[in-house]
Amino acid sequence: MALLTFDLQHKPRQARISMAAVLALMLVFPFVASQFGNSWVRIIDIALLYIMLALGLNIVVGFAGLLDLGYIAFFAVGAYLVGLFASPQFAALLESLIYYSPTLGEWLVALFGPEIQQKGIHLSVWAVVPLAALVAGLAGALLGAPTLKLRGDYLAIVTLGFGEIIRIFMNNLNDPINFTNGPQGINMIDPIRVFGVSLAGEQGSGGMVDIGGYAMPSVNAYYFLFLFLCIATIFITSRLQHSRLGRAWVAIREDEIAAKAMGINTRNVKLLAFAMGASFGGVAGAMFGAFQGFVSPESFSLTESIAVLAMVVLGGIGHIPGVVLGGMLLAALPEVLRHVVEPAQQALFGTVIIEAEVLRQLLYGLALVLIMLVNPAGLWPSPNREERPNAALAHDEQEGAKA
Amino acid sequence: MSSEILLDIAGVNKRFGGLQALTDVGIRIARGQIVGLIGPNGAGKTTFFNVITGLYQPDSGTFQLGGKPYSPSAPHEVAKAGIARTFQNIRLFGEMSALENVMVGRHVRTRQGVFGAIFRHKAARLEEAAIRARAQELLDFVGIGQFAQRTAKYLSYGDQRRLEIARALATDPQLLALDEPAAGMNATEKLALRELLVKIKNEGKTVLLIEHDVKLMMGLCDRITVLEYGKQIAEGLPSEIQKNEAVIKAYLGGAHE
Repeated sequence: MALLTFDLQHKPRQARISMAAVLALMLVFPFVASQFGNSWVRIIDIALLYIMLALGLNIVVGFAGLLDLGYIAFFAVGAYLVGLFASPQFAALLESLIYYSPTLGEWLVALFGPEIQQKGIHLSVWAVVPLAALVAGLAGALLGAPTLKLRGDYLAIVTLGFGEIIRIFMNNLNDPINFTNGPQGINMIDPIRVFGVSLAGEQGSGGMVDIGGYAMPSVNAYYFLFLFLCIATIFITSRLQHSRLGRAWVAIREDEIAAKAMGINTRNVKLLAFAMGASFGGVAGAMFGAFQGFVSPESFSLTESIAVLAMVVLGGIGHIPGVVLGGMLLAALPEVLRHVVEPAQQALFGTVIIEAEVLRQLLYGLALVLIMLVNPAGLWPSPNREERPNAALAHDEQEGAKA
Repeated sequence: MSSEILLDIAGVNKRFGGLQALTDVGIRIARGQIVGLIGPNGAGKTTFFNVITGLYQPDSGTFQLGGKPYSPSAPHEVAKAGIARTFQNIRLFGEMSALENVMVGRHVRTRQGVFGAIFRHKAARLEEAAIRARAQELLDFVGIGQFAQRTAKYLSYGDQRRLEIARALATDPQLLALDEPAAGMNATEKLALRELLVKIKNEGKTVLLIEHDVKLMMGLCDRITVLEYGKQIAEGLPSEIQKNEAVIKAYLGGAHE
């Protein structure tokens, strides 16, 4: 950690070198990892999506200090959006609508045409990503609005409730009009196409993607897309952090009343934090849906919200490199465990004594408890600014001055 | 000294449940003056302050700043109208550097949003540079320029008070409202604070000041308003206030009957 620094403000040269080194490593990774099997790259694909989520949540929790326990809802919004607009699901929706209200249904069918009635809507990724960002952002502002006067524990409870509401909606919005296909989830979501190349590989190619004559496994193609989105997210969030707006967020986190008195319209600025954070969640969700080809309400439970929050807290709340590290560790850990722990036990004892899933929960909890005891600011917190050589002494002086 | 009235507030009433905290309180402040607001503990000074700056909603009252009515319905609107304040118990943004604290104060006078933050086009870069330069200038002005990069919570108590004043000045206020800026200061720090306030006055700013230290107030203020039990009991020059029967009674208690 000491070797890498991403403090562009104070050590620009070292930060650039570190970034180049990490980027080079990330670019080489899939080619090396796919030698050992596609599943390793797949793990990192998912981890990259979680990093995007964690970075989005970091805007809300880390910068603006608004504890959001329902963040996974925006991930769900993105995923279901691609489910609805890039799969045969829209045809099912129209069908149920015709059954429920023939006039409205017929009118909509006439509006969309017969092809959509049979095959559903199939928007391209270039339309879905902005749409996901927009709709999730709106949802973020909408769910943020009633919570503006709440702080701390109360805010956490309300956002937790909202998160559950969204999940339950997804679970039940299949009747009378079939929006989400209920607990079965939406299937056959189109894979992402970039410049006409399907990242899932064309039919009969055995999952290989042909890019300009060079073939790579599908997971690698997705890897590069997600890596690009992650870098874009890091870029945007760090620019936001070091701006007038980012300062306003931190000011609200530090002291809301003082922030108001300094002329910050805390209502608007907080809503913006909710909306910006949610839009990254929405984009990550859309990617998740298209990558998996399938979404169901199960993927968006409270535990997922907590997992994303744990990434932010474990890594270093409010510090972008820390959040990335936390996301990488906590997203990859369970998968790595699954690949390592059970075969290892099988080899050692001839049977699986502790299942990987159980061990994961245990390690999650242990990791959080340990980090809170040892370093509450996270594994990789923001580098402290110039401080007195002895912070304790400064504290004593301060106390003395008050007395 | 011009006699133009900057702040004109009249007929403020504020009730908390069964307690009438302010009864028909008003204040008139001429531009460029330092005006003191004094009174025994619990007289309603801070309540009046919070009403003026929009933190509390008054039950009634008229509010004018610079000849124009302003609405004290939201603190950020008041800051925009041109009143900046500090707090009795210091409220800095503790984890931010001293410079960033003052930069936040520029928020209300600047305008770059999400787009400017992400793309950093020319206007955004210029504005950011101007914010930074002005913030440093204000830190130098209050005398803590050398601590610009220090985390606010690690500053000494006196410097934290100065930082709060610098942050308030960053909003380009017409009126600077200070709630007990000398609280907890020793004699030397008070002297330095006094110098700073005179310096601010000489810049043409108007200052409204709550303070307990009568010695400090008498030498510094152009006029003084006295509150007791939520009512104004006196208003005048410091020398008049010093001799005012009602004020003496409020502070020392009346003679035994």
